[in-house]
Amino acid sequence: MNGQIKEAATNLQIALDHGIAEDEWERILSALGREPTPTELGIFSAMWNEHCSYKSSRVHLKKFPTSGPRVLQGPGENAGVVDIGDGLAVAFKMESHNHPSFIEPYQGAATGVGGILRDIFTMGARPVALMDSLRFGAPDHERTRYLVGGVVAGIAGYGNCIGVPTVGGETGFHPCYNGNILVNVMCAGLMKSDAIFRGTASGAGNPVIYVGAPTGRDGIHGASMASAGFDETASEKRPTVQVGDPFREKLLLEACLELMKKDAVIGIQDMGAAGLTSSAVEMAGRAGTGLILRLDDVPSREEGMTPYEFMLSESQERMLLVAGRGREGEVREIFERWDLPMAVVGEVTDDGRLRVESGGKSFVNLAVDILTDEAPMYKRPMKAERALPATDPLETLPSAEDLGPALLALLGHPGGGDKSPIWEQYDYMVRTNTLTSPGGDAALIRVKNTAKALAMTTDGNARYCMLDPHRGGMLAVAEAARNLSASGALPLAMTNCLNFGNPERPAVMAQFSGAIEGMTEACNALKVPVVSGNVSFYNETHGVDIYPTPIVGMVGLIEDAAKRTGTGFTREGDVIAILYPADEAPLPSAGAHEYVWVLAGREGGAPPSISLHSEAAVQTVCREAIGSGLLSSAHDLSDGGLGIALAESCLASPGSGLGGEVKIPDGEGRPDGHLFGEAASRILVSLAPESSEKLRDLAENNDVGYQEIGRTAEGHLRVESPDGRPYFELPMKDLLAAWKGALGGLL
Amino acid sequence: MQFAVIVFPGSNCDHDCYHAVAHVLGQPAKFVWHKERDLGGAEVIIVPGGFSYGDYLRAGAISRFSPVMKSVADHAAAGRPVIGICNGFQILTEAGLLPGALHRNTSLRFICKDVYVRCMTSRTPFTTEILPGETLRLPIAHGEGNYFCDAETFAEMEENDQIVFRYCDAEGTPSPEANPNGSLGHIAGICNTGGNVLGLMPHPERASEAALGGDDGLRLFQSTLSVTVS
Repeated sequence: MNGQIKEAATNLQIALDHGIAEDEWERILSALGREPTPTELGIFSAMWNEHCSYKSSRVHLKKFPTSGPRVLQGPGENAGVVDIGDGLAVAFKMESHNHPSFIEPYQGAATGVGGILRDIFTMGARPVALMDSLRFGAPDHERTRYLVGGVVAGIAGYGNCIGVPTVGGETGFHPCYNGNILVNVMCAGLMKSDAIFRGTASGAGNPVIYVGAPTGRDGIHGASMASAGFDETASEKRPTVQVGDPFREKLLLEACLELMKKDAVIGIQDMGAAGLTSSAVEMAGRAGTGLILRLDDVPSREEGMTPYEFMLSESQERMLLVAGRGREGEVREIFERWDLPMAVVGEVTDDGRLRVESGGKSFVNLAVDILTDEAPMYKRPMKAERALPATDPLETLPSAEDLGPALLALLGHPGGGDKSPIWEQYDYMVRTNTLTSPGGDAALIRVKNTAKALAMTTDGNARYCMLDPHRGGMLAVAEAARNLSASGALPLAMTNCLNFGNPERPAVMAQFSGAIEGMTEACNALKVPVVSGNVSFYNETHGVDIYPTPIVGMVGLIEDAAKRTGTGFTREGDVIAILYPADEAPLPSAGAHEYVWVLAGREGGAPPSISLHSEAAVQTVCREAIGSGLLSSAHDLSDGGLGIALAESCLASPGSGLGGEVKIPDGEGRPDGHLFGEAASRILVSLAPESSEKLRDLAENNDVGYQEIGRTAEGHLRVESPDGRPYFELPMKDLLAAWKGALGGLL
Repeated sequence: MQFAVIVFPGSNCDHDCYHAVAHVLGQPAKFVWHKERDLGGAEVIIVPGGFSYGDYLRAGAISRFSPVMKSVADHAAAGRPVIGICNGFQILTEAGLLPGALHRNTSLRFICKDVYVRCMTSRTPFTTEILPGETLRLPIAHGEGNYFCDAETFAEMEENDQIVFRYCDAEGTPSPEANPNGSLGHIAGICNTGGNVLGLMPHPERASEAALGGDDGLRLFQSTLSVTVS
């Protein structure tokens, strides 16, 4: 059917080298009725790999709730879009760049930022905030220091230059990431709610236009790299990591947003993973159309590139767009002003086929369907396995009288300590909307010309998911929502990065399925739909998988930005209290996971139990209390339990000067388990004494418990047992010194 | 007072400066694209921060060749107010409108945080309403803010009252500990001999509203309102 194709032949071995399985090769042969050309084979390998096709995850992802009254665009586009009123909407998404960042940390992280930014402005939104969720190996692992430095510098290098503030995130350390770090980047953008742009190539005869950086040979097979595990040859893949140019992206951003003010654009999509291939195929696939691409017209920065290389290059800072016929001149004018290449490289057709031509010859002639809807989809086998002991390892630790040293150890651990050596390298203020410096429960961005603010957070606890994927998934969503509620924001919707091991292992698929079911339950209960997301499988090295690490990125809304709280105590003599589920004890016995990990390096037991109904009630009370101006501060309990939450609220007070005097309420179990137990659905608040009656009433009316535990005090933190025995008393300067020094050896 | 904010490819604090003078201060303001030569009768020129031309080659090294810089130089030569903030400061030194150069921070890292600066002189149009010795709290966000010049130039600047801001502690005392980038003489900002061209690394536009944590920076823009521009 296509006598013009003159490339070399393909065969099973070449397909296997492209990561295409034998049965997938058979499927290609039977669908085409011939062998694919080398360029076509490259396209199959790009579109059918895990990263682009979601072939192992699709059956599970369908469980997520994806709609809601505010959802303007759910999953399937470049980013999700949610209505925030006043004619405005927020577009957001999170993506992983794990494998490239492990191989080449600076460029891997930088291009991760560049990619997620393009996903946002492709929708027509101006990016207003970046967040990062990072996981590194053990702090003392030989590669960790290099990776931390490179990743942080890469994020800073790209985000600072393009002028989008990096406003928050989280950083964790665990040996399970020694050979496979996680770099998950989230971006949010603001837009008019009636001006959403989508990646569709509709209207036969409309021109297909290439804008942005010229294409080079970099990043070929990047998406395939992200779809395989690591071994000692990983460093050989270094040339497949792309190189970012944030300056070019800044120009592309401004030019695209300027163009979008006109009605010339019909569809637009960034060239991310699998470059020209995936953008062309996905745009045609969404519109049910076809495309002709003429590679001779594609701007290139190298001589003699083959069609295969053009189609698979992952050169950064490029976009593909479809304009109305006759509007090419307007597009050209804007991109020329921004000194950016622009070229008409093809047109939309109505035959549902992707055709690629070069030098008058045809190199690709494929039905678009076979690359998209008809791509392989697997129901991989699942078998739950327990890798960590079921018993609570707290019992193996000697019980201590003085808990001060333990608190200082937790604060001085890189995972629990001050992260300002990281976030001070990020420009978190540019665009003058940042209401809080990074480090709190949620990042807050004001929306100019309105009274509103957006709240954003990223959360995930791999240990909980390793112990129980289902409950771990629930807890990740619950904690993200709690972080937003603790700053006064109503959770609106979420995105996610699902970082898991090798899906071909039944134990990994069982983790994946369990976590998704847990997240789904929590999303439904807390009314937080999933509007975008990303799956990263094959996070393994030498056949050892990482802990299952679903990261939740959640966006919330504060209607009146003046009604918000931070995590830090604000006033001496304020009441310190806990909001908790009324049918539970204020501080029940729960696993002190982080405490046991930092002190003894042990893990096991079960994640905290959670009642989603109670969780929702606690969050509602917290938001209403903040909205009524009752609270001075609010901070959710998470890793390290009450002990760490208290210390963090003290450390976040003005000048880290305010401490507190606290008496632990009645409860069962060991003192250390009590102080550092990680019970869910709890928020530590501080408030003026004259507000306590009102808050107690508000809590009671909503079936939420309210327990006063002490008062804020100048200069020291003292915590006593229920019977008045001191657990510890530490001057604030000691807490500050331990906390400040936590990342000292790593940056 | 008519403000103009110059926009280079890669400027990213242009909108922040515009917001501060137009929306917070309520003065007429406009953007001027770097390829233009007409400043449109603007009385105060703001060269904003960012990464013009990606900071490639050297921060500010390419921007100084933009057509608009001739007009900025003419404006400066006429004794009219010009303020260069962060990357704008780097551009003004590259263009020769201010002495010295800005090296990489001694930490070799980008630093974003609030710092204190001590105002050394009220002679510039941007400090007329700030008393010498007053301390301002302003944010910095830069990787190359380490001001340097030769000893002779430094002596001349001291002699001519050209050092406008020095990094200091909260009590107003300049010190190495309070200096975030290792700059010579703890310099945070300087002016030309005429006093009408100011360059500084901190971002006054980011400290122009109490809602963002402080409004000390607004005083620099407010100061220009009491200046009579000839």
